[in-house]
Amino acid sequence: MSESDLKTTPLYALHQELGAKLVPFAGYAMPVNYPDGILAEHLHTRAKAGLFDVSHMGQVRVDGADAAPLLEELVPGDIQGLAPNAIRYTLFTNDHGGIRDDLMATRTADGVFLVVNAACKDADLAHLEAHLGARARIAMLADRALIALQGPGAAAALGRLEPALAKLPFMTAGAFTIAGIACQVSRSGYTGEDGFEISVRDRDADALARTLLRDPEIMPIGLGARDSLRLEAGLCLYGHDIDTTTTPIEAGLAWTIGKRRREQGGFPGAAVVLDQLKRGPARRRVGLKPDGRAPAREGTVIVDAAERPLGTVTSGGYGPTVAAPVAMGYVAAAGAAPGTEVGLMVRGKRLAAHVVKLPFVPHRYAK
Amino acid sequence: MSERRYSKEHEWIRVEGDTGTVGITDYAQGQLGDVVYVELPDPGKKVARGAQAAVVESVKAASEVYSPVGGEVTAVNADLAGNPALVNESAEDRGWFFKLTIADRADLAALMDEPAYKKFVAELG
Repeated sequence: MSESDLKTTPLYALHQELGAKLVPFAGYAMPVNYPDGILAEHLHTRAKAGLFDVSHMGQVRVDGADAAPLLEELVPGDIQGLAPNAIRYTLFTNDHGGIRDDLMATRTADGVFLVVNAACKDADLAHLEAHLGARARIAMLADRALIALQGPGAAAALGRLEPALAKLPFMTAGAFTIAGIACQVSRSGYTGEDGFEISVRDRDADALARTLLRDPEIMPIGLGARDSLRLEAGLCLYGHDIDTTTTPIEAGLAWTIGKRRREQGGFPGAAVVLDQLKRGPARRRVGLKPDGRAPAREGTVIVDAAERPLGTVTSGGYGPTVAAPVAMGYVAAAGAAPGTEVGLMVRGKRLAAHVVKLPFVPHRYAK
Repeated sequence: MSERRYSKEHEWIRVEGDTGTVGITDYAQGQLGDVVYVELPDPGKKVARGAQAAVVESVKAASEVYSPVGGEVTAVNADLAGNPALVNESAEDRGWFFKLTIADRADLAALMDEPAYKKFVAELG
């Protein structure tokens, strides 16, 4: 794809003005980092607050009286059990129990509001229309941007503009006016920190972002730090840590399947998923901490003491807060216990590493 | 007297007699971003011109570093183990990677001098 075929978000001009390094991501020109760099952006987000443009993600409305039970035909999460304005992390599964995408679902007055991955959004929309289109109104909100504000200073910063936002409970959403701009705000995120995701009309996005960035606590953060932050938080990246070949149970996402759904099934691949839940999966996603300083990247083969393959690294790099390399990957269930010593084959050499409990950095969500 | 030469892969070599000191250029460190790990060759290793001799890891990715000339590695920069950010702070001085004895000085002729390298980088945009 040539540069000129890339789509842009409503914050494109702002990114250029801020000196962002723009890279192609899921068909969009997106900032990978700003002049201060990934390391500084990562540490700033953990210390204060970072602003992320995530407008490339898909925002989808599924409206209708039966939207919640209908959506449950496609996801294993308990959507009917969501109180109004409550949010839940869930998954689109396929008939083999694999994961088509991961998403956030919010119960609204009219149905359910979804935020899905950029690279999957067209396929997700087609999937929703094919299965639910005759029974619910499904619409991609193509004229809305999404801005995430993440970090321990996020609530205070937003509270300075709209005091009610500082009190929004974690994993709930609502309509708010920020600096005169109508916004749909969720208290959620993808960094392991407290934070918000703000859905705003395209034409208001630039003004909102500039208003937020006037706060000295808030710094713009690119996709590079977004990736290192979520990796330290042990959160899955779709297409890497989870995909159509991994099940929710293998991925350690059994917690997303509510009690009623475990009893009743009724989602794609339920037979496979519920069987794995009962008997345990053959492999599991684990945290991996190299003993040394060399990072192990995605695709690195994980081996046992005899250099027999145990699995593969699905995300790996340097964790700026941990101040050491960190990784996640899948290993045979027998080798998945924290403390297990494994090897990581980096450039032909076996680097010693240990299986560790996730996350690498404790979550600090609002109580 | 020392002279400095540059490769199209953004390595520099400072030549003093038969000894060359190799690192990556300031332009290269800027492109890579924060360096978090450098894998250096073992002293005694023989490297061919243009062969991979080191690896530099930024937060985002691993990049190979090629030896701009052939020769035998005699020393590595031990400071990079504890402080890989030296590559960002001082790419063309304190952030050097390794020293080697230059096997064939003719290898140097294929490299750029400073004005030529500056022009090369400017044309990359």
